[in-house]
Amino acid sequence: MLKGLVHQVKIIWTQIVSLWLVFLHLFHKADTVEYPEVKPHTFPRWRGRIILTRDPDGEERCVACNLCAVACPVDCIALQKTEDEDGRWYPEFFRINFSRCIMCGFCEEACPTHAIQLTPDFEMAEYVRQDMVWEKEHMLIDGTGKYHDYNFYRVAGKAIGGKDKGEARNELPPTDRRSLLP
Amino acid sequence: MFSLQVGSLLNVALILGTVLVSAALLIWVERRFLGFFNDRLGPNRVGPFGILQSVADVIKLITKEDWTPPFADKLTFVVAPIIIPIVMLLSFAMIPFAPDVGIIDMNIGLLFVMAMAGLASYSAMLGGLASNNKFSLLGGLRAAGQMISYEVFMGISILGVVILSDSFSLRGIVEAQADGWYVIPQFIGFIVFMVAALAESHRWPFDLPEGEAEIISGFNTEYSGMKFGLFFVGEYIGMLLMACLIPVLFFGGWHAPFGLGFGNPIVSGLFWMAVKVGAFVIFFILVRAALARPRYDQLMSYGWLVMLPLSLINLLITGAIVLSQGS
Repeated sequence: MLKGLVHQVKIIWTQIVSLWLVFLHLFHKADTVEYPEVKPHTFPRWRGRIILTRDPDGEERCVACNLCAVACPVDCIALQKTEDEDGRWYPEFFRINFSRCIMCGFCEEACPTHAIQLTPDFEMAEYVRQDMVWEKEHMLIDGTGKYHDYNFYRVAGKAIGGKDKGEARNELPPTDRRSLLP
Repeated sequence: MFSLQVGSLLNVALILGTVLVSAALLIWVERRFLGFFNDRLGPNRVGPFGILQSVADVIKLITKEDWTPPFADKLTFVVAPIIIPIVMLLSFAMIPFAPDVGIIDMNIGLLFVMAMAGLASYSAMLGGLASNNKFSLLGGLRAAGQMISYEVFMGISILGVVILSDSFSLRGIVEAQADGWYVIPQFIGFIVFMVAALAESHRWPFDLPEGEAEIISGFNTEYSGMKFGLFFVGEYIGMLLMACLIPVLFFGGWHAPFGLGFGNPIVSGLFWMAVKVGAFVIFFILVRAALARPRYDQLMSYGWLVMLPLSLINLLITGAIVLSQGS
C-alpha cells in the first residue's frame, strides 16, 4: 500500500519535472535557420550543381573523352565528340539531365582534365521538368573552377595548333627513330 | 437591447465572435508555442508573425475534396462532426466573462456545461462508428470509454466547489470567490478537474481516441476537408472552454489577484479573465509538448483507481468541514 503510494508520487513528480524542463525551453534560442533569408553554409567541396570549366587560356577544358558519362551511375550525362581545326577535341553537345543526377560526384572524379566540377549551389528546383535538362552553353563557365593553373593541352603530348609534339611542359622532344645517336 | 448586460444582443455577438476568432487563432498559438517549446520557431510566414496561418489553413480545408467514403454510414458520417462545435459553443453561453458580460445566467449552468461536454463525446463515437473502418472504430471505442470514466470524477471533483459556493450557477460561483479563490480549499479538486478537463477535450496526453502513431488519427481517419475542420475547430473550442472553466471554478473568474483590479470593473474583469484563460491555454500547450501518451490500460486504471478515490475523498472532507461549520 505504502510502496504503491510512493510509486504513484514518484510518477507524478517525474511528470512535473518534465513539464518544468520543457517550459524552460521557452527561453532558449530557436535552432531554426530561416532558409530563404539566411542561407545555410555550404563547404567548398559541397556536391551541388555541375559546371564545365575553361582552362587558364579561356578554352574549353572538356576533351569529350566520355569518362564522365561512363562513370555516371544514373546515366544522366550525354555528349558527342568533335574536333576543331587546331586538332583540339571538344564536345559537340554536352547534356546533363539534372532530374536524374544524384550529385554523387563520380563524373568529377573520373574527369582527366578537371573540366566537369561540382559546385556548392543546391537551389536547383524548376517549375518545368524540361528545364532540368541543361546543355553545354548553360553549364560552361568563364573561369577555371577549383583548379586555377591546370591546362590539359599544355601537359599532354597531343599535338594541336600552336603546340607541336615535345613542346608540352616536362615533355622531351620526340625521339628520332631513324638516328643511331643516343 | 444593445446595452452591456447579461444576455443582450451585443454581448451575444461579441462573445460568439471572440470565441470563434480565438479558437481559430488558437491553432496558430498552439503551433507557435509548440515550436518554442521544441526550440523551433513554428509557423511565422503568413502575415505578421504568421498570425494568418489559420486563415490559410481554413482556405486549404475548404478547397479540399470533401469526400465521403462509399462504405460509410452517410447520415451519421455527416452529422458527427457537426455535433462537437455546436455543443462546445452552447457551453460558452454559460461562461461568465466579467460582471455584466455573459450570454445567460442559468441556475443549473454547471450541470448544463457538464451535459454538453458529455454530448461532445457523441461526436467522436459516431464519427468512429460511421466511418466503418477498424481504426476509426477503435478510436470511437476509446473515446467512449475515456469519456465515461473521466466524466465521472470530473463531475465529482467540481462538487466541492458547488458545496462551498452553494450554487450551480457559474456566475454565482465566481461571485462567491470574491474573498478567496477556491483553488486553495479545493486544491485536490482543482488537480483532478484539470486532468479530467485534459481528457474531456481530447488533449494530449489523453489523445488516445486519436492516437496518431497507433490508430492513425482514430475516429477522424476517414474525414477530410471541412468535415475534418469541424472536428478540429470543435476540439479547439473545447480546449478554450476548459481553459475558461478552470479560472471560473477555481481561480476566481474575473476577480483580480492581490487586489490588482483597476478602473471600470468590466474592463478589469475582462482583462484578468483573459490573462487567466491565456495562462491555462499555454499550460495545456505545455502539457502537450512535455508529456507522453499513457497506454490505454494505464489511462483507465489511473482514472478509476487514483482519480476517482481522490475526488471522492475530497468531496467527503469538504462536505464534512462545511457541515461542521454550518451547525
